[in-house]
Amino acid sequence: MSSNDSIKKTLIVAFSLCIVCSVIVSTAAVLLKPTQEINKTLDRKRNILAAAGMLQEGVSVEDQFAQVTTRVVDLRTGTFSDTVDPEKFDQRKAAKDPAESMALSAAQDQAKISRRENYALVYLVEDGQGDIDKIILPIHGYGLWSTLYGFIALEADGNTVAGLGFYEHGETPGLGGEVDNPRWKAVWPGKEVYRDDEVAIGLIKGAVDPSNASAAWQIDGLAGATLTARGVTNLVQFWLGENGFEPFLNNLKSGEV
Amino acid sequence: MESVKETLTGPIFKNNPIALQILGICSALAVTSSLQVTLVMCVALTVVTAFSGLFVSVIRNHIPGSIRIIVQMVIIASLVIVVDQFLKAYAYAISKQLSVFVGLIITNCIVMGRAEAFAMKNPPMASFIDGVGNGLGYSVVLIVVAVIRELFGAGKLMGFEILPLVTDGGWYNPNGLLLLPPSAFFLIGLFIWALRSFHKEQEEAPDFKLAKHTPVQEGA
Repeated sequence: MSSNDSIKKTLIVAFSLCIVCSVIVSTAAVLLKPTQEINKTLDRKRNILAAAGMLQEGVSVEDQFAQVTTRVVDLRTGTFSDTVDPEKFDQRKAAKDPAESMALSAAQDQAKISRRENYALVYLVEDGQGDIDKIILPIHGYGLWSTLYGFIALEADGNTVAGLGFYEHGETPGLGGEVDNPRWKAVWPGKEVYRDDEVAIGLIKGAVDPSNASAAWQIDGLAGATLTARGVTNLVQFWLGENGFEPFLNNLKSGEV
Repeated sequence: MESVKETLTGPIFKNNPIALQILGICSALAVTSSLQVTLVMCVALTVVTAFSGLFVSVIRNHIPGSIRIIVQMVIIASLVIVVDQFLKAYAYAISKQLSVFVGLIITNCIVMGRAEAFAMKNPPMASFIDGVGNGLGYSVVLIVVAVIRELFGAGKLMGFEILPLVTDGGWYNPNGLLLLPPSAFFLIGLFIWALRSFHKEQEEAPDFKLAKHTPVQEGA
């Protein structure tokens, strides 16, 4: 067995093992890549549909997504842009790239994301006649422990909420994690975003009193999760505000996109 | 040489990797808040332990002593990457929840421990079975912990509602602590206690004994 410990044998074993292992690993990675890509796209589409409250069980996600058009919006001007390919655009990467994003000042940075990307993907759901039925916007921002990533869906008027959902977050299960609770998410549809052209929607403490004059702009708070609730309010207000999608929504309303 | 049955079932209760050897606690804390995720993690770990045992054992007579740990690591790491790739391709939703913990199987002490302690000295088939057995031992503890955590922490099992929660209009007020990793410490501790009450031979000899209290002697 002493021959095993010679320098020559050691090098041979190490080298051949590395070759064999790298071949196995790269074969698996290459062969499975197409399936993984399909999964990723499906997962993203499912999240978008779920946020819009359109996800139906039993119908293939691809079929349901057929009525959705993906467009790129230039957040600086609030208009559609064709300079970026929506298929290849990675919005999360762009948000970190100084060339593709702008730094937010402390006053602007309500959602605590420090940089905002110049381009964003929006998803337009069309009805049968080719008119816009719903607008789905990607949103993200900091909660208590983590950045929450999600979508908010608005009706064609650009003011009424159609749905909200987060697909990634690391908030405390049972407290902040209740942002995933279907009962809480069901509170959102029908609420209004803007009041006298200011973003007014937000979470309050406790449950909303329907007789309250502001009830249309108020969302039930999350019990035991004040900071997550504050984060959700901030990120929704940021993304629907002047540094988010407000210019785009205004343009959309006046038909200037 | 132990019998096949002994190798396979021994690690489940008699020589449990988590309860007796206290290995692999990290992932046991992290992935057990939902039963479904736990099951996938158990399968992944069992596959890796079994095959790493097999491959290490196949080349055990050619592994130079000076780099044997590195050789084992390379084999284990390759297997873990392959498993991770498979999960991403065929169980995407679960692989997203498991996130880094599949990758961390590489550093799971059970896999390393079995490769070094068993596969280096035993023939391939026995090493494979030993890997499966230890994977099962790990799985038993994780499944017990996950059932308790998901049932009493979220009122569900495998995502199906068993105890209707107060927040959903039911009667059960869930114990939020159970969804946080520290609760697994208590549960594993209780599991070890229960196991050692049945298998008394697993009790460890105390490291030290409290000396008898003696009063201070005046003027001594």
